[in-house]
Amino acid sequence: MRIGIPRALFYYLYYPFWKTFFEALGHQVILSNPTNKKILKDGLELAVDDACLPVKVFHGHVVDLKDKVDALYIPRIISIEPKEFICPKFLGLPDMIKSSIPDLPPIIDSDLSIYKNKRGFYEHAKSIGTKLGHTEKLTARAFRTALKKLNSYKKSQIIEERLPLDSGQKSFFEDYQSKNQNYGESALKVLLLGHPYNIYDNYISMNIIGKLQRYGVKVITPEIIPTQNLSAGSRYLNKKLFWTLGKNLIGSAYYYMDGGQPIDGIIHLASFGCGPDSIVGELLERKIARSRPVPFIRINIDEHSGEEGFNTRLEAFLDLIEGGSRR
Amino acid sequence: MKVTFPHMGNLYIPLKSFFESLGVEVVVPPLSSKRTLELGCKYSPEFACLPFKVTLGNFIEALEMGADTIVMAGGIGPCRFGYYAEVQREILKDLGYRFEMVVLEPPQGHVWDLIKKFKHITSNRSFKEIYVAGKLAWKKLLMADRLDKLANRLRAVEMEKGKTDSVYKRALNLITEARTEQELGAARQQIVKEISSIKKASEKNLLKVGLVGEIYTLLEPFVNFNIEKQLGELGVVVDRSISISQWVRENLLPSFMKSKEPELLAKLAEPYIPCFVGGHGRESVAQIVSYANQGVDGVIHLLPLTCMPEIVAKSVLPKVSKIHSIPVMTLVLDEHSAETGLRTRLEAFVDLIRERKEEKELGVLSWN
Repeated sequence: MRIGIPRALFYYLYYPFWKTFFEALGHQVILSNPTNKKILKDGLELAVDDACLPVKVFHGHVVDLKDKVDALYIPRIISIEPKEFICPKFLGLPDMIKSSIPDLPPIIDSDLSIYKNKRGFYEHAKSIGTKLGHTEKLTARAFRTALKKLNSYKKSQIIEERLPLDSGQKSFFEDYQSKNQNYGESALKVLLLGHPYNIYDNYISMNIIGKLQRYGVKVITPEIIPTQNLSAGSRYLNKKLFWTLGKNLIGSAYYYMDGGQPIDGIIHLASFGCGPDSIVGELLERKIARSRPVPFIRINIDEHSGEEGFNTRLEAFLDLIEGGSRR
Repeated sequence: MKVTFPHMGNLYIPLKSFFESLGVEVVVPPLSSKRTLELGCKYSPEFACLPFKVTLGNFIEALEMGADTIVMAGGIGPCRFGYYAEVQREILKDLGYRFEMVVLEPPQGHVWDLIKKFKHITSNRSFKEIYVAGKLAWKKLLMADRLDKLANRLRAVEMEKGKTDSVYKRALNLITEARTEQELGAARQQIVKEISSIKKASEKNLLKVGLVGEIYTLLEPFVNFNIEKQLGELGVVVDRSISISQWVRENLLPSFMKSKEPELLAKLAEPYIPCFVGGHGRESVAQIVSYANQGVDGVIHLLPLTCMPEIVAKSVLPKVSKIHSIPVMTLVLDEHSAETGLRTRLEAFVDLIRERKEEKELGVLSWN
């Protein structure tokens, strides 16, 4: 069976698992094209107006895939860490897609929730296996293989500081070898904060990572920061943050700001109308404004963002931190 | 200690009563106004949702009046509300206010935590005193909610325009001023008398509209431009799907004391949103289905701009509206909303459902 996976939202975190899992069950995985003008346009047309840019883009990816596959994998992702949530829009993502896009192939919308315990991940796999008519034994084996792959991928991602960036049609997971970041000790280091589906999608992010790297800047993101450092950072919070992505974002910022490691600047890339980021970004900005440890910039992106203005702001910011590091 | 809290509709009545019965000095912030909103917007993150901004404005106005303890509710997500207090505290601190913020987290079975926090605020009053104060506050809340329900019917049929609202205002005052259960009983009799004095027109063939959506925008008349009153003026009977007492029952009571009703209701949303999506997203959909089953003529769905759970609900509404053949209008509210625009949309919606109802009735006649 051909199973379609939209190249959007949690693709950047879980694709290694999904691909391995479905292939181990004997299916063919088909990815949508990298985000392009048409995908964005379809997304804007079909999604509910009030949705944020990444959710709209996800709708576009579904349109891109729906006639090429036998089933679409759109999980209902509720929680990816115990006692934590994802943005509510992920909880209702399959419902939004089903209501907004006509003529869809069957959708695999199994719940993924490890809110109560880590076993939820296996329950998720089991539910997919049942839907696709596989035995529990085969599903369990595929789950173990896929989980191993995901864990080893995540580990090497951190050790080799490899950002999950696609190159052309090739997924970051298949284009495994070429993405090592090699920079000298003197290179400027910038902490780029944002949801994975915003910062690694070159079209949405206006290739911010590529641009920074072209200037010789070493880009650090929450995905390549060791987990213990993230949780060390988020311990400064007065109350536990219940969004996993927001917690990682705050955790990385606080870790670096409180002297975990030297850093030259922080960029927060948020999408317009992002609920969690309105809260998380505010906490971050207030903390920075109080102690001013490093230069900081927040860039909001939406479907109307122009690349010229974006570039100007980015360049001005780099000038600022270059001046700062020379002093 | 001078305690304050955010406004949400008539919530201030039971809260004021509760703290004052325990001998705590209370600073009720001025009712939410344009100034509240301006203050709130000035110091809030741009993309925060409207309730965040208005409640921040409430706090600033209360602190200006000398409050030094803020009581606020918390939460465990995924709706942003659960983290409001944390961010608001930081903003107010940076503004230079000195205060303590007591955050009431949902007890999740530990009612004791909640009582401990109340004990802290009330400088160690006994459990019994807290219970008595709580009981009176709860009765006031139930009475205020009941009054809302009555007013939402009466406005549509009152003979003398504005009569219901003048009675409503007096009744709220009577409830607020009662200091014991006896006094509240007397207030109740007085209110019943006044209400029965309102002259009513025929109650036949009235249009009925249900209100669903995000709780704060539903309950706070300042942010929804008093939509219940406006609809009443257009001759429409209004049924609001959420009341404060219901919210308290569902969120502050331990699970064994909860009614099964919300679960049964949520089932109605299953074909559209089978799972909890935070806030009242799923409940909004379920309520619309329930209203359709009850034969209500139309539903208005309210949400603040960028409200995550209600955006999910909004995305499935076209389908719900079509399948259950019930007109639904969504109103997205933020600091730029204007009353005239809202009024125009309300009038258009009421015209639409009125025509629809008449057509339906004519259809039935010709069939016969």
